Amino acid sequence: MSAAPLSPPKQRWSWRSQAFRALVYQVLAVSVIALVVWFLAHNTATNMRQRGIQSGFGFLLGTAGFDIGESLFAFDSGESYLRAYLVGVTNTLRVAVLGIVLTTLLGTLLGVGRFARNALVRGLCRVYVELFRNIPLLLQLLMWYLLFTELLPDAASAWIIGPMFLSKGGLNFPIPVWAAGHVWAAWGLLLGLVCAWFLRRRARQRFEASGQPHSMVWLPMAGVLTCTLLGWLLGGAPTAMDMPMKGEFAIENGGALTPEFLALLVGLTLYTAAFVAEVVRGGIQSVSLGQAEAASALGLSPVQSMRLVVLPQALRVIIPPMTNQYLNLTKNSSLAVAIGYPDVVSIANTAINQTGRAVECIALIMVVYLSTSLITSLFMNWYNARVAIQER
Amino acid sequence: MSTFTAIAPRPAPNATTGPLAWCKANLFHDWKTTLGTVLIGVVLLSLLPRLFAWTLTDAVWNGGYEACHAGNGACWAVVREKFRFILMGRYPHEEHWRALVCTLMLLALIVASCTRACWRPWLAGLWVGVLVAYLALMRGGFAGLRYVETDLWSGLPLTILLASLSMAMAFPIAVGIALGRRSGMPAIRSLCTVYVELIRGVPLISVLFMASFMFPLLMPQGFNIDVLIRVLAGITLFAAAYMAEVIRGGLQAIPKGQVEAAATLGLSYWQTQRMIVLPQALAMVVPGIMNNFISTFKDTSLVAIVSLYELTGAMGMAMNSDANWRPFRIEGYLFIALIYFVFCFSMSRYSQWIEAQVNKSRQR
Amino acid sequence: MSQPIIEFAKVNKWYGNSFHVLRDIDLQVRAGERIVVCGPSGSGKSTLIRCINRLEEHQQGRLTVDGVEITDDLKAIDDVRKKVGMVFQQFNLFPHLTVLENLTLSPMWVGKLPKKEAEERAMEQLQRVRIAEQAYKYPLQLSGGQQQRVAIARALCLTPKIMLFDEPTSALDPEMIKEVLDVMIEMAEQGITMVCVTHEMGFAKAVADRVIFMDEGQIVEQNNPHDFFNHPQNERSRDFLSKILGH
Repeated sequence: MSAAPLSPPKQRWSWRSQAFRALVYQVLAVSVIALVVWFLAHNTATNMRQRGIQSGFGFLLGTAGFDIGESLFAFDSGESYLRAYLVGVTNTLRVAVLGIVLTTLLGTLLGVGRFARNALVRGLCRVYVELFRNIPLLLQLLMWYLLFTELLPDAASAWIIGPMFLSKGGLNFPIPVWAAGHVWAAWGLLLGLVCAWFLRRRARQRFEASGQPHSMVWLPMAGVLTCTLLGWLLGGAPTAMDMPMKGEFAIENGGALTPEFLALLVGLTLYTAAFVAEVVRGGIQSVSLGQAEAASALGLSPVQSMRLVVLPQALRVIIPPMTNQYLNLTKNSSLAVAIGYPDVVSIANTAINQTGRAVECIALIMVVYLSTSLITSLFMNWYNARVAIQER
Repeated sequence: MSTFTAIAPRPAPNATTGPLAWCKANLFHDWKTTLGTVLIGVVLLSLLPRLFAWTLTDAVWNGGYEACHAGNGACWAVVREKFRFILMGRYPHEEHWRALVCTLMLLALIVASCTRACWRPWLAGLWVGVLVAYLALMRGGFAGLRYVETDLWSGLPLTILLASLSMAMAFPIAVGIALGRRSGMPAIRSLCTVYVELIRGVPLISVLFMASFMFPLLMPQGFNIDVLIRVLAGITLFAAAYMAEVIRGGLQAIPKGQVEAAATLGLSYWQTQRMIVLPQALAMVVPGIMNNFISTFKDTSLVAIVSLYELTGAMGMAMNSDANWRPFRIEGYLFIALIYFVFCFSMSRYSQWIEAQVNKSRQR
Repeated sequence: MSQPIIEFAKVNKWYGNSFHVLRDIDLQVRAGERIVVCGPSGSGKSTLIRCINRLEEHQQGRLTVDGVEITDDLKAIDDVRKKVGMVFQQFNLFPHLTVLENLTLSPMWVGKLPKKEAEERAMEQLQRVRIAEQAYKYPLQLSGGQQQRVAIARALCLTPKIMLFDEPTSALDPEMIKEVLDVMIEMAEQGITMVCVTHEMGFAKAVADRVIFMDEGQIVEQNNPHDFFNHPQNERSRDFLSKILGH
């Protein structure tokens, strides 16, 4: 005879029950926080009323009333605050994206250089990392800004590097005059990338079928270049370039990068590269020596061993802290306010000084940065889950 | 079966160690390495003598700014002239001895905290005592000492004060948040997670802006707080979030068996944390906390943007105010870069040493 | 008599300037012979076999493997590594690849075999070590004994003439040692040349043609297993045997 299953004993609501205590603590914590938040919000509302400051985000549609030193698209003081913010965001992205690309290249070279045969190369990489890591970024930015604005010559006696001019006014370089041919070239590039993907796939299939190695890197790259060139030719082969020329007071025409942008880019890149180098070094070191030994005992060449065994494992260790460094670079670009580059923090600062709406402006800054962090975290989690080494 | 005779060890025929062998292996191993050595050697030999000349031999060590204008090399005379202003900022000239005493006291405390022998419960009390003494002495206003308002505290003492005080205050907050993130109670866990992710997602500048612009709005009317305290609060909250993550890593590394054993002995949650988990976890994450300290030390340079003149800000003020010495700002920058480098480099070397010690003691 | 497949002639090696790790090693191994190398730790046993496939470099003397002298010549080293398989104490399987991919890596990229053939060969070897059902798992999902068997199969995929074992069972839990030793005994019966550094004296008694005892960088004694274990000639060998066979 089997007894009917007993139901679990009823929850006793007393101080001795773990669940009850947990509930009490949590209710307490949440209510304290809620109280504090209400208190602060109440104060803010009172203070803003007293100062005659409106709250709300409506001010964004009002006229900005200030000029911005540089931007990707046209802006003058008659535009709205919202547009000013957009200029700030694009300026931040501009320096962040370029900085991330450059710092990855430089940092990887430095990180790999720590394992070079040549002791001088190893030593120089080590010196670079220690030097740039231990001096505050703000100080480095100020020094670079000083270099770019004081030690460079005037526009009248600018340094000439090929077709480019480097002077106190920044870097002026030739840019192509936008024509239909460039659109064709862009389509050619896209087509080339698709072709490259197919070429790689075919090379891999043929390798697996026959065992003979086929080019998986050079041929697809050649494919991309040919397609781009074809597109450019088909579009009429436009070669007109907007060349910078020495005007009366400044360099005219051509594309320009201001000294503020250059100082910020150079400072951020060199500083973050030191940290990226350490991340890369840690990743390569994390792959145990036995893996490389087993690979060479199997007859793989050093290049094959690096590509098939060491690098895939090292990348899993490198990517998470690397994305952290990318985020740091993006956040550090906020130091632009110290050297006068109009990034989003700089523009928010101006807006606060003009409108007094500290809460809204700071909230906008935080939204920009938080969304960047969130997107990167999501990517990080997806990547980690995808390449996780399967364990028991 | 031949008889066995033992062979005594002989020294190696070609030296594989020693300076000559090292050079051969590391600088001239094959044609690629040799080429690299030659190229780098050429570049260094052409740059280094000129750098040496500018920094040392051609440099102007004393005299006025005319001597510097006339000279070719670095103008270290500007440092001689202005170093008190750069180091102490706007602190009154006659009271510099107080700032010096306070800074030395705090530095001694930090160095003491780094030695293993001092990792005892009374260290916390010592920190509180020294910090109170520091604040009292800097502020003055008693026993015949002149009162110096916090607006005038600047330069290197301010840098060290901001870094140490914010780390000291962030520490208990960080421990609490780390424990909260690992707690079983969902509300507490979410609150702590939101705090950490929020702070880590935004730059320090925005936190400083919040502290300096938003604070007056958040407080009731007439409730004014020193800029120094506001900024300190901002840096503390910022450092606490990062430190919480470091401590959480240490907590995660403690095997579950430790907590289970403590439970079978009848210890409560807080007793377990205090006596078993935290001592082990904190000892493990000392290198991480040192890294935090180094970052905070570098981050204090940002307070110049909210009008507090620590070392970087004081230097800017010193150099920009005097038109005669303005062309020699780079020497001033290099001077404080050296100071930062010395501090940060020694701290990072120390943290590497600690890490090596911890790893050694873990290997059996 | 045919040429020995491995020949050490007055081979000497130093670590740094002063640690003389291999002293005047003279050794000949015939094709198909099974050698067990034993001795106290630090005696140079691992270094000896690691010199055979140039994972360590010797400084003096001649070392010849299957007619090829081992020197700095990279091509010679590559040739030798295709004929010599090695099994490590720490398995050294590639954790980011499946078991099957671990085995097909070298045949495809070095042996230039088509993928299908490489996979057939891999499955053959996996069946030989009786672990074919784990082919699509990842190494860290297997037990220690299973991982070591996969490592043996991976080395066998190169169809080597010589198999080197560097303490293959030292990192395993006791109940898994037998499965690995069984695989090694089966291999021995199929005629492959084996040089094995191990403490498993039962294996030596069952399979070895010759036992070599090393101490302080020298070969102190070599003999067939029966004579070595029952009538050790040298004081040091007696001392060593009493320590390991005593308990």
